[in-house]
Amino acid sequence: MYAFEFHRPSSVADAIAALKAASDGKLMAGGQTLIPTLKQRLAQPSDVIDLGGIKELHGIRQDGNSLVIGAMAKHGEVAGSDLVKSVIPGLHELAGLIGDPQVRNRGTIGGSLANSDPAADYPAAVLALNATIKTDRRSIAADDYFTGLFQTALADDELITAISFPRPEACGYAKFRNPASRYAIVGVMVARTGGGVRVAVTGAGPCAFRLPDFERALAGSFSADALAGLSVSPSGLNSDMHASAEYRAHLVRVMAQRAVKAVR
Amino acid sequence: MAENGIGASVRRKEDYRFITGGGQYVDDINRPGQAYAYFLRSPHAHAAIRGIDASQALAAPGVLAVLTGDDVKAAGWGGLICGWMVKSKDGSDMKAGPHPILCQGKARYVGDPVAMVVAETYLQAKDAAELVEVDYDVLPACVATDKADQPGQPQVHDGIANNAVYNWELGDKAAVDAAIAAAAHVTKLDFVNNRLVPNAMEPRAAIGDYDRASNGFTLHTTSQNPHVARLVISAFVGVAPEHKLRVIAPDVGGGFGSKIFIYNEECACLLASRMVRRPVKWTAERSESFVSDAHGRDHVTHAELAMDRDGRFTALRVHTKANMGAYLSTFASCVPTYLYATLLAGQYKTPAIYCEVDAVYTNTTPVDAYRGAGRPEATFLLETIVETAAKELGVDPAELRRRNFIEPSAFPYQTPVALVYDIGNYGAHLDKALELADYAGFAGRRAKSEARGKLRGVGFSCYIEACGIAPSAVVGSLGAGVGLWESAKIRFTHTGVCQVLTGTHTHGQGHETTFAQLIADKLGVPIDNVEVVHGDTDKTPVGMGTYGSRSLAVGGQAIVNAAEKIIAKGKKIAAHLLEAAEADIEFQNGSFTVKGTDRSKSLGEVVFEAYVPHHIPQGLVEPGMEETAFYDPANFTYPSGTYICEVEVDQDTGVVEIDRFVAVDDFGKVINPMIVEGQVHGGLAQGIGQALIEGCVYDEAGQLLSASYMDYCMPRADGLPDFQIATTETPCTHNTLGVKGCGEAGAIGSPPAVMNAITDAIGVRVSMPATPEKVWRALQNRQMPQAAE
Repeated sequence: MYAFEFHRPSSVADAIAALKAASDGKLMAGGQTLIPTLKQRLAQPSDVIDLGGIKELHGIRQDGNSLVIGAMAKHGEVAGSDLVKSVIPGLHELAGLIGDPQVRNRGTIGGSLANSDPAADYPAAVLALNATIKTDRRSIAADDYFTGLFQTALADDELITAISFPRPEACGYAKFRNPASRYAIVGVMVARTGGGVRVAVTGAGPCAFRLPDFERALAGSFSADALAGLSVSPSGLNSDMHASAEYRAHLVRVMAQRAVKAVR
Repeated sequence: MAENGIGASVRRKEDYRFITGGGQYVDDINRPGQAYAYFLRSPHAHAAIRGIDASQALAAPGVLAVLTGDDVKAAGWGGLICGWMVKSKDGSDMKAGPHPILCQGKARYVGDPVAMVVAETYLQAKDAAELVEVDYDVLPACVATDKADQPGQPQVHDGIANNAVYNWELGDKAAVDAAIAAAAHVTKLDFVNNRLVPNAMEPRAAIGDYDRASNGFTLHTTSQNPHVARLVISAFVGVAPEHKLRVIAPDVGGGFGSKIFIYNEECACLLASRMVRRPVKWTAERSESFVSDAHGRDHVTHAELAMDRDGRFTALRVHTKANMGAYLSTFASCVPTYLYATLLAGQYKTPAIYCEVDAVYTNTTPVDAYRGAGRPEATFLLETIVETAAKELGVDPAELRRRNFIEPSAFPYQTPVALVYDIGNYGAHLDKALELADYAGFAGRRAKSEARGKLRGVGFSCYIEACGIAPSAVVGSLGAGVGLWESAKIRFTHTGVCQVLTGTHTHGQGHETTFAQLIADKLGVPIDNVEVVHGDTDKTPVGMGTYGSRSLAVGGQAIVNAAEKIIAKGKKIAAHLLEAAEADIEFQNGSFTVKGTDRSKSLGEVVFEAYVPHHIPQGLVEPGMEETAFYDPANFTYPSGTYICEVEVDQDTGVVEIDRFVAVDDFGKVINPMIVEGQVHGGLAQGIGQALIEGCVYDEAGQLLSASYMDYCMPRADGLPDFQIATTETPCTHNTLGVKGCGEAGAIGSPPAVMNAITDAIGVRVSMPATPEKVWRALQNRQMPQAAE
C-alpha cells in the first residue's frame, strides 16, 4: 500500500474534523474492504481515519421496540449477541453467514453499509426490516439509503453512527453464497412487520432492492407457495463468472421461498 | 514389526516445528545485507515491447538496480529450457520457443516478467516499479486451447507456425481404426479438462546470493528438486558451473508439481545479486502466484471407445489438444504425452489404443505438471467414457468394468501403450469399494432423495497411475533429458545416531517420519535417533527430487539399499568382535547375532567400533559407518484403486453435494497408514475441487479473471464429506519394499467419480467444474422438452 497519514480519533466530531481536513481522507471501520484495496494499491488516500477508538460507535442495545446496533459492532458481535438473537433472530442468523470467522471478527455493520457492496449481506436486512441509518447529522430511512453500485445517500463527510432495526413480527434470510468469496450471489430477507411484508434482495443487483410483487403475494398468503408462480426479470441484474443475470433472477425466487421457510 | 517401523501410524516428527511456527521457509531466511526484488509483469497477454525507460525508477529512493532482458543478454545468460524432448509423428523435434528470464522484445502472457527492480526494501522496489515506463504495442492474443492452431490466430512465437509445439502419436492407428470400424458399439465423447491454478500454501520465493570471494552462488528457493534446479540453472541458463552453485530448498510449503520447475525469478535473483553484490530476495505475492506459477491440465479431447457385442472393449481412439501456455515449462512437454497417453489402457485389457496429441502455444501462463500430471487427464477421459458406455449399453458400470479388467493372472501385462504393469488386483478394490459404499442400498437412498425433491446419483472411477518415476533408460528412450534414479546416504556417528541424506524433497509429505520408519524397521534405530536431511545440494548426494509419487518407491528404496550396505559392513565387524564367521552372523532388531547362539553385538556397539576401531585388524573394513546407494527402478509402479462417489443435486439451485465418497486404493505395502490417509484426503480434496469448483477463466484478451481467492474457488473442509478410505494390497514386484506411491492417487481418481455421479443424477453431462449454474442450466434444458409435452 501507499503511505498515508493515520488517525485514530476518540470522538465522532474529531473523526469528521480529520476527514474534512484531509485532502483525500478515508474512514476505516473494520477495514475488510479498505485494507485489501490499499494492499492492492487500488486506492491512495491521503489520510486513513480509524474509527475503532470511538466508544460511542460501539455496542448493541434495545431501545423500546427497536434494536440499536452501533456502527462499529462487528459481525461476530451481532452473530454472538443473545440480545439480537432474542429480538430479531433472523438478523442474528444473517450476521453468522457473513464471510468467515476472520472477516466476522473484523468487519462491522457500519462499514458494510457505508461501502454498500452489491454482494454484502446487511443491506438485505436493513431494507427488509425497514431500519433507520443514524448518522452524525440525521436519520436516513432504509428505502432512501441505497442508491446504486457502491453508492448510498451518505454525504462525502457523513459518518454512520448506528443502525436502528424495528423489531419485526418475524423475519428470515436465505443466502446463496459465492463459493470462493462467500459473499452473497443472491441473498433474500423476508420480514413480516407491522407495516406489512417486506422482501429485500442483495447480491443480485447493483445495490440492495425490494420486490414489491413478492411482498404483495406474501401479504396475501405468507407462504413459500405464494411465490411459486413469480419471477424476476434478469434485466439489470449482476452477471459474472459465478452466476449470470438469468441464474441470479432464478435464484432470487428460490432464495425468497427459502427465506419464507426460514422465517421465525 | 519394529517399534515405529513399517506399518505403524507414527505421528509426524516434523509437525512440532511446523505447528509451533518453527519451520524455516525461504521467506523466513534473511541474509546479511539483503536487498529486495520486485518484478514488473506484463499487464498484457501479448505485446511487443518497444522500449523500457527505467531512469525515473533508478532515481527513486533506495533503488539499487533495474534489470531488463538486455541485462540478462549482456551477462551472457541463456533462457529457461524444457527438459523433455518430444518428437512429432513426422520425426521432427518439438518447437520450443525461446523462454527468456526477463522479456526480450515481447511479452507473451499476463504476468510475464518484463523488468526487475532491486532496492533496499521490498516496498521501495515496488514503488519504483511504478516509475518504470514500458512502451507496449499491444497485440491480439491467442487464448483458447481448441482454436490456438487454427489459421488466423495470433502467433505466440515467431517462426512457430500455427502455435503448434508438436503433433505426437502413440499406438497402432491402423489396428484401432479397423477395430472401430468393426465394432458393435462405439461410444464417442468430447472432453474439456479444466485448467487449474496450483495454489501451494507457501508462495514461491528465492534469495540469490553471489559470493565474490569464491565467484560462486547460493540460491535459496522453493523447490521440489534442488539438484535439478542446480543442473538446469548451471548447464542451460549458464549461471555458473555446478560446483559454484549451491541450491538450498529448506522447508517448502506445498508444491503439487508447481515447484518442480525452474522459474525466471530465481535466475533473475542470482543475476541481480551479482550486479549489486548483495543477496537479493524475492517472495511472490499471492496475486503473482496466480499468474506466474505454472498452471495444470487444460486439455480439449475427443475420444471413441469401441466394444464388441458383449461390451468387451476392442479399441480406444483419442485426439487431444493440450495447452502449453506461452512457453514450454521445464517438463511441460511430457505431461500430455508420456504421462498421459501411456495410461489410456487404465485397468482394462483393451487390445488396441491410439492417441494423437497436438500441443499448442497460447498467450497464457505456462502449463506443466500438477498433482497427477497427465494421469488425471487420462483417467478422467477413460473413466467417463467407460461409464457412459455402460449407460449406453444398459449394463451396470461396475459390471462393465469387471468384464474388461486385466485379470490378476495376466500380470506382468503389456499394454498397447508402452507400459508393462507388474501387478494388480482390480476386482479386489472394486469389491471392497462396492461394499463400503453400500452400492446395494443405492436405489433405496435414491428413492429417499427423490421424496425430498433431490436427485441422487452414483459414479465410479477405477483409476491406474504410473508412479515411482522412473527407470532411467526407459524415460531416456522417450526423450527425458535426465535419469530418474534416486540417492540416499546413511551416516552414523560414534554414538549410534544417524542422518539419512536423501535426494528427494519433502514439502508436506512427511518424509522425515516415513524415512525414519524405514531406518527403524531395517536397522532397529529408534526414529528419534534418525535425522532426515534433504534439500541442500551441498549436503545430500545428487538426487532427482520429489514428484510423480516417487519419493518412497524410488528414494525409499535407495535408503533401504544403503541400509543393506550398513548391515553388510556391520556383519564383518560383528563377526570379528564375536569371533565367528561372517556367514554365521544374522542381523535382526538392531543386533548382530551368531546364528544359533545368544552371543550378539548391538548395532550401536558395532558402529562405535567402526569409529573407534581399536579391535579391528588392518584391512578388515574401512573405519566409519556411512553408506550411499543409488537406485534406478526397473519399472514404474502402478497404484490403482476404485473410487465411488454419491451426490445429491438440489434441482432448484443446481448445487451438488457429495453425500459419500469411498476410496479404496492399492498402494502396495504401506509404511505409515496415517500419512497415506492424509495424502489420500488431500488428493481427493484437490480432485473434487477440480470437478466442482476450481477453474481458470481467461477472457478473450488473455486476462486471467479468476486471479484471486475472491473468484478462484478452493476446496474447503465444509464442502467435503467424511471420506471412507480403505486399502487393498498387491506388493510392487520390483522394489524390495513392495511400495508403489500414494501422493497423487486422490487427485487422479476422484474427478471422474464425482462427474459420473452428477451425470447419473441429472441425466446429462456437464463440464468441469460442475458449478451450480451449469448444473441448473443442464436441468433446465433437460426439463424443457418435458414441459412442452
